[in-house]
Amino acid sequence: MGKIFTRYGDGTPAEMSTSELRADLEAGTEDAADRGKIPPLSEDELNHLFDIFSSPYKFISVEPGQEIVLTYDGAHVKMRRHELNVERIQGLRIYEKVMGADTLELCHVDYSFKSIKPIVTFEQPVMEQALLVTHAPLFYGAMPNLGLYSQPDGPFPNPSELLPAGKIKEALESHEKSVEQAVKDIVFVGSCMVECGADGINIDSTGAAGDADFLAALLATQQLKEKYPDICIEVGMAGEFILGMHAGLEFEGTRLAGLYPHDQVKLVEKAGGTIFGPVVNTKTSQSTAWNLARVVTFTKAVGEVARIPIHANMGMGVGGVPMCEHPPIDTVSRASKAMVEICRLDGL
Amino acid sequence: MALAHAHASGMGGMRTTGDLVARMQMTRGMKIQEAKAYVANKLKLSIRDLTDPVIMTEVRKDLKLGVMSPQAHDAIGIEAKFRIAEVLDIDINCVKRFKDKVSL
Repeated sequence: MGKIFTRYGDGTPAEMSTSELRADLEAGTEDAADRGKIPPLSEDELNHLFDIFSSPYKFISVEPGQEIVLTYDGAHVKMRRHELNVERIQGLRIYEKVMGADTLELCHVDYSFKSIKPIVTFEQPVMEQALLVTHAPLFYGAMPNLGLYSQPDGPFPNPSELLPAGKIKEALESHEKSVEQAVKDIVFVGSCMVECGADGINIDSTGAAGDADFLAALLATQQLKEKYPDICIEVGMAGEFILGMHAGLEFEGTRLAGLYPHDQVKLVEKAGGTIFGPVVNTKTSQSTAWNLARVVTFTKAVGEVARIPIHANMGMGVGGVPMCEHPPIDTVSRASKAMVEICRLDGL
Repeated sequence: MALAHAHASGMGGMRTTGDLVARMQMTRGMKIQEAKAYVANKLKLSIRDLTDPVIMTEVRKDLKLGVMSPQAHDAIGIEAKFRIAEVLDIDINCVKRFKDKVSL
C-alpha cells in the first residue's frame, strides 16, 4: 500500500505511511487511556480505525441500519454566520426540510442564559410560532457562560483578578455566588420555554468557565427536572476536562474539577439529564489518526457506563473533526463512522 | 459539516424517521437501538425501513406524520405532531398546550 492521504488536526492535508498511521493510532489511544485512566482500544478496534483511514474513498459512511440521531447547537445561527439573511423560523425550516435534521434548536445569537433572561418575552412567541410550523423535536439552547457573572460583565468580583492578588477566599465566594445566580437564570429561561411548548432544553457548552460552570448546569438540570419531570434536558460539554477554577466544588459528593467525560456522564445522570453530549478536543498539531483514536477511546468509555443516550459533540475542533472553519468531508465522514461504530453512540 | 455527518451516519430527519426516533430518546430516554425498535414496532416496519426515504415518504403520508414535500390535504406542522403523538403513544409538549388553548 502506498501513502495514505489524511490531515492534521487543523485540517492541513498530509500523507502517511501505513506504519506511521498505525503508530499514530496507537499513540492517540494511549494518550487518552493514560489521561482518563481508562482502557486503550483493543487490537480489533485499532484495526477497524486503520481500515477507515486507509479507505481510498473521499466519503465513507456507516452501514444501513446503524444510523444515529443528530442534534445541533445553534442551528439557524449558522445561517446568519454565512450571511444568509433568513430569520430564525425560516432557518429552522431549512434545517428540517432541506438538510433533513432529526432535531432542531431555537436560540439567540448571544447564546447565554443570562443575556436571554431580560428578553425572554421576545423569545417565547418565536418558540410558539416555530412549534406551529415545524415537525422535528425543538430544543431551546444556550450556555451557562459563567464568565458573564463577574466584573466587568456581571455583578460579582472577578476571580481572575482576586486570585493573583492573593484573595483566595473572595475568589471562591465569587464563583459560588455566580453559580447561584446562573442556576436561577437557567431555570427561569428554561421554564419560560417549556411553558411555551419546547420539547427540550439544551444546556450547552457546559463547563466552559470551569467547575463552577458545570455545577450551575447540573443544579439547573436538577431543578428543571423536578419542576417538569417529562421534559428533555440535554447537557452538552465545552471541553473534555473540567477545569478547577474553584477546585473545591462538588455535586452530590463528587468533586467536579478534573473529571473526564466518562465521569461527567454519571453526574449528568444523577442530576436527571436526558441526553449527554461529551466533548473531546482536537489537537491541531497531531494527525487526525492520532486525534480520532484518542476521541474514540474517551467516548467509548462514556458509552460503556452511560445509561442515558449519548450525543457526542463533533463540530469544528472536537470529536476528531479538524479545527478549521470548513471541515473537509473526507475527515468528517471518517470521524462520524468511527465514533458511531466503536463508541455505542446514540447520536451526534 | 452538518451535512457530512447527516450523510455519513444520520437517520435523515423527516425524510425518514429521524425525528420520530429522536422523540423516543427525548421523551423516554431510550438508547438508539431501543428507540428504533419502538418506532419500527409502532409503524410495523423493519429497522432497515426506518432510514429508507422511499418507504418512509409513503408511510408518513399515509399516517399523516408530515412529509418533506407536502401537497394539499397533507398534515403539516402541528397537525402532523398531533398524529405523531398518537402513533408513537407519547406526550408532545406543544400538542398538549395547543389542545388546552383551543379547549380540546
